[in-house]
Amino acid sequence: MKNLHQLTIKQIRQGLVSREFSVKEITEHFLRRINNLNPDLNSFIKIDEDGALEAAKKADNDIKKERKNSLLGVPIAHKDIFCTKGIKTTCGSKMLSNFESPYDATVVSRMKKAGAIMLGKTNMDEFAMGSSNETSFFGSVKNPWDLDKVPGGSSGGSAAAVAACMVTAATGTDTGGSIRQPAALCGITGLKPTYGRISRFGMIAFASSLDQAGPMTRTAEDAAILMNVMAGFDSKDSTSIKNSVPDYTLNLDKDISNLKIGIPKEYFDERLDSNTSKVINDSLKQLEKLGAKLVDISLPNSPLSVPVYYVIAPAEASSNLSRFDGVRFGYRCNNPKDLEDLYIRSRSEGFGEEVKRRILVGTYALSAGYYDAYYRKAQQVRRLIKQDFVDAFKKVDLIAGPTAPSIAFNFGDKTTDPVSMYLEDIYTIAVNLAGLPAISIPSGVTKKMPIGLQLIGNYFCEEKILNVAHQFQKETDWHTKLPSLN
Amino acid sequence: MSIDSNEIIKTAKLAKLSIEDSNKDEITHRIAAILDLVGQMQNIDTDNVEPMANSHDAYQILRDDEVFIPENPIRERDQIQSCAPSVDEGLYLVPKVID
Repeated sequence: MKNLHQLTIKQIRQGLVSREFSVKEITEHFLRRINNLNPDLNSFIKIDEDGALEAAKKADNDIKKERKNSLLGVPIAHKDIFCTKGIKTTCGSKMLSNFESPYDATVVSRMKKAGAIMLGKTNMDEFAMGSSNETSFFGSVKNPWDLDKVPGGSSGGSAAAVAACMVTAATGTDTGGSIRQPAALCGITGLKPTYGRISRFGMIAFASSLDQAGPMTRTAEDAAILMNVMAGFDSKDSTSIKNSVPDYTLNLDKDISNLKIGIPKEYFDERLDSNTSKVINDSLKQLEKLGAKLVDISLPNSPLSVPVYYVIAPAEASSNLSRFDGVRFGYRCNNPKDLEDLYIRSRSEGFGEEVKRRILVGTYALSAGYYDAYYRKAQQVRRLIKQDFVDAFKKVDLIAGPTAPSIAFNFGDKTTDPVSMYLEDIYTIAVNLAGLPAISIPSGVTKKMPIGLQLIGNYFCEEKILNVAHQFQKETDWHTKLPSLN
Repeated sequence: MSIDSNEIIKTAKLAKLSIEDSNKDEITHRIAAILDLVGQMQNIDTDNVEPMANSHDAYQILRDDEVFIPENPIRERDQIQSCAPSVDEGLYLVPKVID
């Protein structure tokens, strides 16, 4: 038996059912590990020791009663963007550093009902705006593979926590790559489902037409187990989709021979680092060995996805973040001289630089005289980007390519040039604009740092993505590689 | 499309944000770089392309417009207002608006 912290969800459930260990034992084990590692990694904004031990006691009782909920006793963490009743939800911001939600997000209540033990809330870029975790008010998360490097973002705390085995699984959110890019940089599995597949209720909004929650795990099989709990219609989310939810674990072992996998030439452009390119090409050969047929395709408008995103996401953010006014919740400045001063100083002191920058870009793009040139134009090009995928999926079953253009970079490398940071997401953003599902799975190591392979599916084809990812993980051991931590 | 610092100040006013004089130029420079990046899409022919606000072209699902009175309205109100910076008996307190 491996160390407790290295077990997958499936192995933990087996161990609990066969009474090899109790929930209390694993909970204490993980809490010790978090307390040891968090001072270096800064993955957690909040560690909920008391809540976790109390939930563990209840879970042990439930196990005695032969209850078999799919996550019963499994130690997890939520990205601090998900509202949790009774525990602060900061969204990585000074603005919400004292905010305690009066309700649970749907993702949180579903996982609680399934028996998961929440150990804490994970660190993130402020309001999920960032690709390196450097914009968090609570300090950067460190990449467990190399503490001088970023973990990616915005779900960097969740990615680092899973990679460092501080939890078995975590939740993340993905607006432009925020699950997949940190998953790639930290060497874990991260799935961004189809837009509308998982409820956004209680998930603090950044860009509402792009935001989507998803699982961050060590294996595709674990991602499937979490999807079974997280996915489904929610009347509290007006963009939730009513499609039925399959059992994502059922078809993991399906044969993938003769599956057509499209390789977009735009994802292998000059911006892709040569070492990363080599690793990705080796992974594609592995998929061929499994019987898949590789087909060259083109997504001609995908290079425009970053420009389009940096109109649509800031525009929606400027609207969503207008609710932070220092009146109803969140930070309020000291001694405001009048109402205008209260609004301006609360927002200016409560938001960090990157958030303010995006609010300004969004406000500008939506302001009188610029709407057609920016927002309307971006929404039109967005449709062209989606159409490229619609056309491609007439010819292929899945699309494969790199998740990120290179391995994790050093702290400070891109902080003075926002545009260079934005280009970190060149291969992930188009998927959000189109609303498609995509996964990042560990597919190799270069310069002692992990690399992620991205698999993109058609709408609501998470099952097929997970099937291929699982088959890949059965034939390779990249997902079992762990950073060397004390 | 370039932007000058006066436009940034005007935009900040709309967004209820303040900009310090000392970093006005730096902010303008960084936002101009973002707008240059965004400008790449201007060359694309989008005549007759319908703008896309939702990737499924779906409309928002709205609940029935029914009045709902919670069991204990005051307790519920107080719970919701417990995260407000300053309240008094159900009212949000702000600086005096009218002299």
